[in-house]
Amino acid sequence: MLLYNVELASPLMLGTAQYPSPAIVAAAVQASGAEVVTVSLRREASGNLAGQAFWSIIRDLGTRVLPNTAGCRTVKEAVTTAHMAREVFGTPWIKLEVIGEEDTLQPDVFGLVEAARVLTEEGFQVFPYTTEDLVVAERLLAAGCRVLMPWGAPIGSGRGLNNVFGLKMLRAHFPDVPLVVDAGIGLPSHAAAAMELGVDAVLLNTAVAKAGDPVGMAKAFALAVEAGLLAQRAIPMEPREMARPSTPVFGRALLA
Amino acid sequence: MRIRVIGAGVAGLTAALELAERGARVEVIDRGPHLGAAACSWCAGGMLAPWCERESSEPVVAELGRRAIDWWLRRCPGTTRKGTLVIARPRDAGDLTHFARRTERFDWVDGDRIADLEPDLAGRFHKGLFFADEAHLDPRSALTALAARLVDFGVSLRFGAEAPTGDSDVDRIIDCRGFAAQGDLPDLRGVKGEMLLVRTHEISLQRPVRLLHPRIALYIVPREKGLFMIGATMIESSDRSRVTVRSAVELLNGAYSVHPAFGEAEIVEFGADVRPAFPDNLPAIRDCGRTIYFNGLYRHGFLLAPAFATRVADAVFHLERLWR
Repeated sequence: MLLYNVELASPLMLGTAQYPSPAIVAAAVQASGAEVVTVSLRREASGNLAGQAFWSIIRDLGTRVLPNTAGCRTVKEAVTTAHMAREVFGTPWIKLEVIGEEDTLQPDVFGLVEAARVLTEEGFQVFPYTTEDLVVAERLLAAGCRVLMPWGAPIGSGRGLNNVFGLKMLRAHFPDVPLVVDAGIGLPSHAAAAMELGVDAVLLNTAVAKAGDPVGMAKAFALAVEAGLLAQRAIPMEPREMARPSTPVFGRALLA
Repeated sequence: MRIRVIGAGVAGLTAALELAERGARVEVIDRGPHLGAAACSWCAGGMLAPWCERESSEPVVAELGRRAIDWWLRRCPGTTRKGTLVIARPRDAGDLTHFARRTERFDWVDGDRIADLEPDLAGRFHKGLFFADEAHLDPRSALTALAARLVDFGVSLRFGAEAPTGDSDVDRIIDCRGFAAQGDLPDLRGVKGEMLLVRTHEISLQRPVRLLHPRIALYIVPREKGLFMIGATMIESSDRSRVTVRSAVELLNGAYSVHPAFGEAEIVEFGADVRPAFPDNLPAIRDCGRTIYFNGLYRHGFLLAPAFATRVADAVFHLERLWR
């Protein structure tokens, strides 16, 4: 998988929020085999980079860091947070979240497209957290994004892939754009299903962080994405429609 | 043996008391102008909830924390053992199931039982978990009671004082400065917490109530005279200077959703401070020659300080014997 010209072997990306401790974040990241971790800055920074201690733990994980703009509600907030992220982590990568609704944390796709345009023009490599909407995806690509991150379900809901048809449509319309399912994954089987339908990677946080054993769950997800990827490459069989009888049914005439 | 304890938060005062109770000559100094002024324990919730805490912490927290309840009951009169009630809105019932799978020593309770336990919550919540063996205290009264007890043992407490640079006048220094010791303990970090105190007589609660919610972690701890402590945010940040609007809105909304009477409560105080934490979020005692560091109590100050204070005293007296 190639994301903004960076070759990655693992199709799993892990968020670093809500774990019992930074030590468990580190162990879970290692168990997951993830080469990319996301980290939030908006609330932690408090305007004076007061989150440094945690961020340096994240930097020391030895993975690539994809800072995010979690918690941002407006284009301006997201752009400011992206600037800070570039300063703190020295990377042009930014996972762009512009939240439109408090309860579901659903993306504000209008603000998202605008922020993606602004940031791309400033040289950022934007990973937009979006819905599975095709037209929004077109606009994001037109704004300069080279990766799309459609949701599986609302953030933290653990509901899996709410709109399999929509994700398949995205895949079919943009065969050459890396797709990362971001948010809503609750179980390893959800992650495997996403990989089976041909997305390039899966990003998740709560499902591992809030598991009883985050390290064990991280390993489970590592195996699941590998299984899904292998299955997808191996060309799975098509399910057969047997509810409708086909004619003629071979052998039947003899018995009748 | 002469011992200087630096820092009069829950770590310093419990360590000082354990040492004084074993006959050491102890003095406590603190840079704050008075008790609590520079201690993050002043902003604590004061829940002694070893079994609830299993939800997000290592088993050792429950193992060591369970002993704290008796420790505080023996030493601080306001300690109350009436359990903890954990509730959730119907749509978040899955969070209760998850909490139950991660914890122990609770009963599932229905609406009637919740109304029995907390009459003011009657009809508002229909499912919850009751941890009957847990306890709570008011951290401010508890620290005050510890300080008074220390004075009874002949311990001097000096506030507004910096630690002297030459330390040859004492045998051991117990450094309990919390986050302020970060310069000496590079792996110590701050985890910001914000809390508020409100006052209302329109509702009363017998015990801490925790609301499970996908976005906010909220608990309400009843205190004397209509006071309620509402806490607490957990943010990876060392900014202890301010409460943000978003945090305030979350805490206030959460309390209001538990009971609308909180809507008319008086806001008495907003507080913010940072919890000192090591990477595993567990406390540690580090022996560095004459100085012993006791730090990293994270969100478990009142729960884990007694067990670790005992260990500090063990370390001091063990070494004392070795020297002789």
